[in-house]
Amino acid sequence: MIQVQARTDSSTLMQFASPIIAIALTLIFGSILFIILDKDPIQALHVLLIMPLSDAYNVGEMLVKMGPLLLCAVGLSLCYRANLWNIGAEGQLLAGALGGSAVGLLFVDSDSSLALPITLLAGIVSGMFWAALPTFLKIKFNSNLILTTIMFNYIALYLLVWAVHGPLRDPDGFGFPESAMFSDATLLPTLIESGRAHWGVVIAILAGIAAWVILSKTHLGFQIRVFGSDAPAAKYAGFSANKITWFVMLFAGALAGLAGVAEVIGPIGQLVPVVSPGYGYAAIIVAYLGRLHPIGAIAASIFLAVLYMGGDLAQIEMSIPTAVVGMFQGILLFFLLACDFFIRYRIILNKDANV
Amino acid sequence: MQLSPGEIHALLGENGAGKSTLVKSIYGVVAPNSGQFMWDGKEVEIKSPAIARELGIGMVFQHFSLFETLTVSQNIELCLSKAQLETIGHLGSKISTLSKAYGLNVDPDRLVHTLSIGERQRVEIMRCLVQDVKLLILDEPTSVLTPQEVAGLFDVLRRLSSEGCSIMFISHKLHEVTEICHSATILRGGKAIDTCDPRIETPASIAKMMVGDLAEQDAGYSKKIGTETLFKAEDLTLDSKQPFGTSLKHISFELKKGEILGVAGVAGNGQDELMAAISGEDGRKLKNVMWLDGKDISSLGAGTRRSLGMAYVPEERLGRGAVPDMSLAENTLLTHKVGFVKNGWVEWKAVKQYAKSIIDQFKVKCHGEFSHAKSLSGGNLQKFIMGREIGQNPKVLICAHPTWGVDVGAALAIHQALLALRDQGAAILLISEDIDELFLLADRMAAICDGHLSPTVHTEKTSIDQIGEWMAGTFINTNTHDTNQETAA
Repeated sequence: MIQVQARTDSSTLMQFASPIIAIALTLIFGSILFIILDKDPIQALHVLLIMPLSDAYNVGEMLVKMGPLLLCAVGLSLCYRANLWNIGAEGQLLAGALGGSAVGLLFVDSDSSLALPITLLAGIVSGMFWAALPTFLKIKFNSNLILTTIMFNYIALYLLVWAVHGPLRDPDGFGFPESAMFSDATLLPTLIESGRAHWGVVIAILAGIAAWVILSKTHLGFQIRVFGSDAPAAKYAGFSANKITWFVMLFAGALAGLAGVAEVIGPIGQLVPVVSPGYGYAAIIVAYLGRLHPIGAIAASIFLAVLYMGGDLAQIEMSIPTAVVGMFQGILLFFLLACDFFIRYRIILNKDANV
Repeated sequence: MQLSPGEIHALLGENGAGKSTLVKSIYGVVAPNSGQFMWDGKEVEIKSPAIARELGIGMVFQHFSLFETLTVSQNIELCLSKAQLETIGHLGSKISTLSKAYGLNVDPDRLVHTLSIGERQRVEIMRCLVQDVKLLILDEPTSVLTPQEVAGLFDVLRRLSSEGCSIMFISHKLHEVTEICHSATILRGGKAIDTCDPRIETPASIAKMMVGDLAEQDAGYSKKIGTETLFKAEDLTLDSKQPFGTSLKHISFELKKGEILGVAGVAGNGQDELMAAISGEDGRKLKNVMWLDGKDISSLGAGTRRSLGMAYVPEERLGRGAVPDMSLAENTLLTHKVGFVKNGWVEWKAVKQYAKSIIDQFKVKCHGEFSHAKSLSGGNLQKFIMGREIGQNPKVLICAHPTWGVDVGAALAIHQALLALRDQGAAILLISEDIDELFLLADRMAAICDGHLSPTVHTEKTSIDQIGEWMAGTFINTNTHDTNQETAA
């Protein structure tokens, strides 16, 4: 008989092996999927995972996608460490894009050196504001953070769509639902001359390192960890639950807002109805794949960014629908959670069935 | 070791001596590496608790495993096999018969969450009885009971024993062992080092066997009388937050410098609520009910009260007093941050060093300051938490059940640490269900019942009987002090 048994100590090996096993299982499952779709699985995986890293242009595009994923994931890692289930990175990202655009469009005819920092700041503050609403509801009325953050995602999305069809639409844009192009002074500088990779990804990596320092070296980070793993102990020690909740939520909101504004003043260059292909949701997978560790999130965000890129390439090269990327993400999270089960449990085989 | 039918056998030893491991292997929870069990003259291999139960071995664990939302008979039914259920027939009536026969007083139709701790324990015993148990193992059965309930339990055990049921009894309270047990095995470091007949030994002589070369005995501490009031609570009334909690009613007391105030009471009479109100964990802002050093602290949060010089040792060690998945060093920082946090940065090196010194000073058995809190035994973790809280040199220490489930050696260390802290001039509030411990340590005593606190008396001027009556609530209406307050309020 197969029996599930709780481990006395959680397995450190599985803690690290789990993401790798999950990725391997996802690839196996994906290959089966491609065979069913009548595509060569080896070629498909090559396009999906290797080609995105094959030349400078593709790597640049991969970095474009890695930036927002990582920014959101770093913030979410802190929230999840504090046991706060913030699913609202997508909404906070969109709020950042919207707020940043609204301010950035004031500088359309300007070449002020303040245009960029003020626009970035507007995006960050908008993201924080969007995170603050569900946080306030949680603290004041003990509302369920998962539900409210998801709901605020949709509110942000439709606010943005309304704005881009209405007040922020380019008056000279022939009625297309797009804003005017931002001025050069507002745009985020690119890392290298060619390509679209911009400073967002550098900021994201720095944010990851900063979050790691906060968690491991500061008393605030210690409080976050205690609060997340043992709330009664945090209460006993006199840590302020409200303070910790506000900090991690606003931190996550700020980073997601930054990711949003960096998208519109970076690779996109204007406000459009579709700012994000679900970066805020994919960041949840990144956070888990990175073991809720800000540094782990860096590696995980590269993987997910490659997957996004690969999805685009697979559509071009092999006419595989981009929905495959969403499926891969879903399967990956599924396998990851399944593998994480074995951190705390193990399976034992009993030859005789006397239970 | 061996047991004959009807024998009540005590297993004694310090925490970590191997008592739990031994009984767990008898009950089939863990498998022994080598050796054998003989049952009724035949060699048996006990691979699982189910096999143990079939043989007629029953066990009552220290932490009850009952579903609160189910009735007594549903809970008992859950652990019976189909065959057993068929032989029993109607379970409810069987429970009622057994309940009468042994004076257990268990109503099969009551929901478990409405039962007191003592009643729940009797349900656990009942669960073993319906299976025609021949050997009953009890892991620290008396640690949660009032003196009266303990007497009741012993009656049941004696009746079982007279009918030929063997009983294996783990306890840290030696006078109970001398009172009820016929034989005792003493374990130390996983070995049976001695056996004795508790009927001819004294608690002191058994203690000596248990802890070895421990010369001093845990008795005869001098009492002190403090004069200067450090902490004062006046007419503290607070509704319970939980539906099954106890509301605090007009509680007034003073803690004096260099004095220990003991509060006796059966669990669930408002101790937790009182602790939370004093520590500030309750979180509700009050006014003019609590003062520290003359400063009104009623509206301050738990963190601020700590920084003013209050420290607490909570009842739950793991999950509240310490974070299970964090190292002892990290758990040191949990409440002790003075000197280790500069401008928000943690000086981990210093924290680790200090955690090491607590481990050394209080002889905490562990691999080192990197050990996770959950890997320590209850007594060792308690020593660590005591050391951490005392190390902050608190003005006021609130301490709940400091030696619950702790062995004699560790209890002695904890007692001496508490007294040393008192002699340094701290005021200590000691909440405990262990009356003997309160009489041993407290300079003044009171009892709590249904959220009312009795008046305080000097320990020398009272008796176990009086405190026992107070624990049952006799002071609530007859006592003039309290009624005066009620009318005043």
